[in-house]
Amino acid sequence: MRIVVLTKPVPDPAAAAERLTSDGRLDRAASPAVINGNDEYVLEAALKLVEAHGGEVTLLTMAPPNAVETMRKGLAMGAHRGVLLSDPALTGSDQWSTIQVLVAALRELEYDLILAGFDTSDGVGGVVGAAVATKLRLPYLSSAARIEPNPDAGTVRVRRISPTGFDVLESPMPALIVGTQLLGEPRYPSLKGIMAARSKEIVTRSVVDLGLDAGTVGGGVSRTRLIGQQKPPARAATHVVRGTPEEGAKAIVDLLASRRLI
Amino acid sequence: MAAGTIWVVAETNADGSLAKSSSEVATLARTLADAAGGSAAGIVVAAEPKAAAEELAAYVPRVVSIAEPAADGNGWAQIAAQRVAAILASESPAAVLTGAGPDGRDVAGTLAALLERPVLVNATAVTWDGGPSVEMSVFGGKLITTSGFTDGEWGIVTVRPNVVTAEKARPAGKIEVRKAEGDLDLPLVRVVERIEEAAAALPIEEARIIVAGGRGVGGEDGFKLVEEIAAELGGAVGATRAAVDSGWIPYAQQIGQTGKIVKPQLYLALGISGAIQHKVGMQTAGMIVGVNRDPDAPIAEFADLVVVGDLFEVGGALLAELRTRK
Repeated sequence: MRIVVLTKPVPDPAAAAERLTSDGRLDRAASPAVINGNDEYVLEAALKLVEAHGGEVTLLTMAPPNAVETMRKGLAMGAHRGVLLSDPALTGSDQWSTIQVLVAALRELEYDLILAGFDTSDGVGGVVGAAVATKLRLPYLSSAARIEPNPDAGTVRVRRISPTGFDVLESPMPALIVGTQLLGEPRYPSLKGIMAARSKEIVTRSVVDLGLDAGTVGGGVSRTRLIGQQKPPARAATHVVRGTPEEGAKAIVDLLASRRLI
Repeated sequence: MAAGTIWVVAETNADGSLAKSSSEVATLARTLADAAGGSAAGIVVAAEPKAAAEELAAYVPRVVSIAEPAADGNGWAQIAAQRVAAILASESPAAVLTGAGPDGRDVAGTLAALLERPVLVNATAVTWDGGPSVEMSVFGGKLITTSGFTDGEWGIVTVRPNVVTAEKARPAGKIEVRKAEGDLDLPLVRVVERIEEAAAALPIEEARIIVAGGRGVGGEDGFKLVEEIAAELGGAVGATRAAVDSGWIPYAQQIGQTGKIVKPQLYLALGISGAIQHKVGMQTAGMIVGVNRDPDAPIAEFADLVVVGDLFEVGGALLAELRTRK
């Protein structure tokens, strides 16, 4: 099986060092990057699938050149190669531009499955997968908790999380699947994996390489615009209660009563 | 220039009723249309759309109801998006709003591709200023941005649950019943089985009050206390990823970075340290109360009230106190 996993480097949520530049873009130099958490779950699922069925996992990332650092971690986990879509012309891309670029790159690749994470921790959008599947006219299966391909039949089954349990979906391959945390805990790269990752190939593709006109993608033709940015309003100071459990309980109930929550 | 119509793509529950998030988004569409001097309209695409269309008409003056047999037994979002795209082709939309939950995102992404339109995601507030002015919480809530579409563009906006309170309008809107016309071009995804699981009594996205447990709760037995307090307060039960990974509670109740983002009026956190991965899912709650043994836990930096103590002792006393005051 040939699986392409869409991965995005995001500012490390634990570092809490995100800053925007004066023109409203993420200052990536100030923000240490990690692979987006939900992307690691689908990468883990992809690795298990090729372990079971044979095949190759390709990481596909659209990001500035330093994304090779986070892609190396994916390769160390076991992905076979990486394709980095990187071009100064792509700076400031909105979702629309991102979709065009990913679609152009995927048209050049061969795959049975494309996997993407449920959303990213920076923007929490979760719309790119559906749009890419639609542009490529692929079956789209989302909110996956389990992925079960049947390579002989050329079909794939997905357990999709529903409000009341799960829906079992089935479609032909190739297909695009958006997955969740329920796919399972991602592995840590082994020392052997880290060593092997050093010699794995990461191909960088520019806008021109992809056959796109630089005037049709990137921040220059963004169809959305930033109007303003602000820090979230500060929360009121924390009131700390130490004492007997009964005193603590009373403090909680008094507060709830004062806000008419009980 | 006339402001055009602000459209809502409605989602339905398994029983055919209108999703709560769609009543919120429809209320928002009506409010924005009033501000824009335009109109609001909604679309329901379902195998049996009648019930949801009638509910939706309580919120917007115009509802297009499309009975789509293929929606029974196939993945919904792509089918719905194709029908919506066909309707909008002969309209002049000023914006399209959907929910930001799993189905809303899927329909928004598909529509964006079909209509070749830009998208703004996960709105925490929307106002109108010549077009939608969309507030978004980014980087785990550390920054709030406001964005719009560029001049001359209209686009699709996904809206988080609980950022608008649903309010019905009077009089109710008109319903146009239309047939599903034309072929569905996108590949169908078949639903081969529906598996029902014992679900939480109240979905956390819709709850006014959430009582949540973390690692400190210690196990499934410990969650019984969390459930009892939630029941006493009329709230829902939430959890951290640690509690879900340990198998104490289903993933559907996980709050945080790879779980759900919630905005209840009260968030009562029992045995939750408040690490960033959890905080991003609940930091905008109206009031945050923590019970924790460690007074230096991160939750003490953003909660309104922290009670330092053993969660079982304080929780037990809280249950008793709540029952006394009833």
